[in-house]
Amino acid sequence: MSRSGRLDDAARDPIPFRPFSPGTQPPYDAPAYLSTRARHPARPLVTAPHTVTETTGPCFTPSRFPALADISATDGRAAQGERIIVNGRVLDEDGRPVPHTMLEIWQANAAGRYAHLVDQHNAPLDPHFRGVGRVFSDEQGNWRIVTIKPGAYPWRNHANAWRPNHIHFSLFGQGFAQRLVTQMYFPGDPLLPLDPIFNSIPDAAARDRLISSFDLETTQPEYALGYRFDIVLRGRGATPFEDGEHR
Amino acid sequence: MPTATASQTIGPYWHLLEEKGWDDLTRFGPVPEGAARITLTGVVTDGDGAPVADGCVEVWQADPPASDDFLGWGRAATDAQGRYSFTTLKPGPVPGRGDARQAPHIAITLLARGLLKPLVTRAYFAGEALNDTDPLLAAIEDPARRDTLLAREAGDGVWQFDIRLQGEGDGRAETVFLDV
Repeated sequence: MSRSGRLDDAARDPIPFRPFSPGTQPPYDAPAYLSTRARHPARPLVTAPHTVTETTGPCFTPSRFPALADISATDGRAAQGERIIVNGRVLDEDGRPVPHTMLEIWQANAAGRYAHLVDQHNAPLDPHFRGVGRVFSDEQGNWRIVTIKPGAYPWRNHANAWRPNHIHFSLFGQGFAQRLVTQMYFPGDPLLPLDPIFNSIPDAAARDRLISSFDLETTQPEYALGYRFDIVLRGRGATPFEDGEHR
Repeated sequence: MPTATASQTIGPYWHLLEEKGWDDLTRFGPVPEGAARITLTGVVTDGDGAPVADGCVEVWQADPPASDDFLGWGRAATDAQGRYSFTTLKPGPVPGRGDARQAPHIAITLLARGLLKPLVTRAYFAGEALNDTDPLLAAIEDPARRDTLLAREAGDGVWQFDIRLQGEGDGRAETVFLDV
């Protein structure tokens, strides 16, 4: 489909996105995360073969959706906390960069409080930290934000429950079925083994890929620590075997 | 190669992303000739029949084709009663796989606290002749289940599409959710 044109024959049999690998995505029903109890579907999902509806998606541009890559200060005033640089690449499952795609991020401040009315955690708000950013990947899929390391905060899921430090990410990719909303965690966080949201992902390797790595190359002297977080979106077509054949 | 990154819940504080006007897909430009502006609205309820008051509803439509004036995508928050509402253009049919034609529909992604990954469904329009031959609707044998995918005209240009996350109650059946 051309951007301004009509749906043509090429739209009739678009290349579908690949099914997710078993165990790499959380279930809808995860009893340890109490909010899933009344919100998970009880009936099986209906398989929807991918059509133009699923294989195409919105095209966000910085002209309509301005980027905000440095959220560590507001109106020139530095936010409280530990300044960090988070960067990474957006790739697909075949290792191809996903260029010019929008990433939305949001997070709590250094004290573990969101600039959100519903968040009544008894920790200070920071007038210089709103906690919302937006960036676009470049031609090679690279992106970078400057922010403040978010604090842990309590929640009422179970006794003495605390969420590990995390940054929320939202991506759209190149088609409706590539939509991804996830959370990035920090290495060595003692709360990770206790967190029902993180541990809802059955596959340990898939879980661990939500943990960013400390990145000395990105770290800037006298300025900020660097962290790396690569994001992989669904690939298109059949699953490649290791010998390169497709099934 | 690594597999796709795992999904996590959008949580209760996603409203930090919310911007005024994103629920109006027609905000960038004039309504093209022959297109009809509609309202798509409904209430999202959970398995207890309680409103989902912190949900993020996103819509995407492949028709009318995207342009500088029409992104084809919108986002709305549910309110305290679980209600969401979009202003958009009524879609026409789009190609299906093979020689199939799909009935006009709007794809919906629901994200919320308690949803570790998105729930996806489609709103079709009750009364469209193509609904009888739409491949996805035809794949759902139980008419009561199929009906959950039909938006009903509730007034001039206003289409009602309620979403029930789980179970039956209050005269509502669990919405058909899609594995995409």
